[in-house]
Amino acid sequence: MISVKNVRKTFGDKQVLNGLNLEIPRGETLVIMGPSGCGKSVLLKIVTGLMAADSGEIWFDGTEISKLKAKKLNVIRRKIGMLFQSAALFDSMTVAENVAFMLDQHENLSPQETRKIVDEKLSLVDLDGIREMRPAELSGGMRKRVGLARALAFNPEVILYDEPTTGLDPITCTEINHLIRDLHEKLQVTSVVVTHDMQSAFSVATRIAMIHEGKQIASGSPAEILKIDDPILQQFILFGAPDQILNMENPILKEFIRREA
Amino acid sequence: MNQQSSTHESSGGLSLFLKTRLQHTLSELGQAFTLFFQTLVQIFRPPFQFDLLIKQLLLIGFNSLSVVIVSGFFTGMVLGVQGYIQLKPYAVEGSVARFVCVSVVKELGPMITAFVLAGRIGASITAELSTMKVTEQIDALEVMGTNPVKYLVVPRFLACAIMLPTLTIFSTFAGIGGGFVAVVSLFDVNGHFFLLEVQRNLFIASVLVSLIKATSFGMAIAAVGCYKGFSISTAGGAEGVGTATTGSAVISLITILILDFVLNHILFNILGFV
Ligand SMILES: Nc1ncnc2c1ncn2[C@@H]1O[C@H](COP(=O)(O)OP(=O)(O)OP(=O)(O)O)[C@@H](O)[C@H]1O
Ligand SMILES: [Mg+2]
Repeated sequence: MISVKNVRKTFGDKQVLNGLNLEIPRGETLVIMGPSGCGKSVLLKIVTGLMAADSGEIWFDGTEISKLKAKKLNVIRRKIGMLFQSAALFDSMTVAENVAFMLDQHENLSPQETRKIVDEKLSLVDLDGIREMRPAELSGGMRKRVGLARALAFNPEVILYDEPTTGLDPITCTEINHLIRDLHEKLQVTSVVVTHDMQSAFSVATRIAMIHEGKQIASGSPAEILKIDDPILQQFILFGAPDQILNMENPILKEFIRREA
Repeated sequence: MNQQSSTHESSGGLSLFLKTRLQHTLSELGQAFTLFFQTLVQIFRPPFQFDLLIKQLLLIGFNSLSVVIVSGFFTGMVLGVQGYIQLKPYAVEGSVARFVCVSVVKELGPMITAFVLAGRIGASITAELSTMKVTEQIDALEVMGTNPVKYLVVPRFLACAIMLPTLTIFSTFAGIGGGFVAVVSLFDVNGHFFLLEVQRNLFIASVLVSLIKATSFGMAIAAVGCYKGFSISTAGGAEGVGTATTGSAVISLITILILDFVLNHILFNILGFV
């Protein structure tokens, strides 16, 4: 559904993406792992056309988007929902106005219709009764959920999550992971989750791709990834979550071994 | 020998410094003008979001009306007192009304209003937009298919271009009023005579000059404010927001002064306004 072909990006003399190739098949939840600062957010910005790559191509459903004019690009962007690393809620608006933003901008709906969609999206992310609150009054986890509800408002075909669990407590992390899996099952969307949180990665992924030094160094199902004999990959996984991943009693590991079987 | 080579090196360093500095300034100027032209294009491109414009108009009006009036009033008083004292030795203190009226209408009215708005509105536009930038809200707008220039810059630009002349009318009246109060209460000048003199020296052309200036200042304040807000790097953080905000006020003030000179030259020297 989305392919990233040979993308390069440098800032000054710092090479961030160095000929990156990536396939994002329809209906999968692809987790992109990589250490902090390896260019994961930059990759998402290039995929959504917020930032231009130095070279390379981004294909979305058979259209190359990196050279599209604003108008055509915007048509494609409406099929993409993005949850930003910082949630990026508009602080001047209420929660409901945030979620309704795309509807207000691009559709001519009656206030009742808009309200219905907003309520529906907020209950999808388990948030009811906070319509009139301001982003500043919300906790980090709630902001992420509102950001997610806003990303869902236009029924996207793809949801991009930029570090959905970073900076949250373990319980909230687990809730967010559940939410990502839930949405994937309920809405049949393609999801791309960028993270360096191993727990989250193995709990939501149907596929995993690992980025190192601007290139993809491994990709496969979670079980395949665990089997790959690559020192960088193993170090990253070991370093990321030693007990949780390697302990065979670990529910996550059990869960995906069961899924594999 | 040693001395010589080091002098040579440092002068090379200085010219290199000036060169990169100049390149930097020119590229910033280029980006600012690009934003300005994008804004002009987006103004005429539907859909027109009047609700956003009205919100900005009210915000600017409410925030600045009282400050503009007070500043105008006291400036007028100062002008009245100074004018009277300076004109008296030549026994032409009767011209004080004309002096106050002409300087306030053509010069100080628009200028004071612009200064107040550069400090209040220009800086707050920069603070707001740069905060939106570092918290990825501008990226979010764009991902959701909304053009940030159209959604954020256009309403602020139009609101400044409309509100500056509007507020200038208030500050001008306040200035003339201040001059009147000071001169009539402190010196031996007849109030009726003062007002008659004002009426005699208030030309349509002068008012036009005042409004042209005010509108240009308004556009400059919004353009600088928005540009400084947008040009902050996402990695700038809260510190970047602070630097951008003070930078915006200073650059606006300088731009207004330069623009005032250029407009005076064009309007009075070339086009022959009086
Ligand atoms: N606009 C920019 N200008 C200059 N450098 C940038 C810019 N955006 C990102 N970078 C640099 O690119 C590199 C990758 O940044 P990016 O934000 O993509 O990292 P990341 O993988 O998302 O890390 P994290 O896990 O911390 O979010 C960083 O070294 C950063 O300094
Ligand atoms: Mg990131």
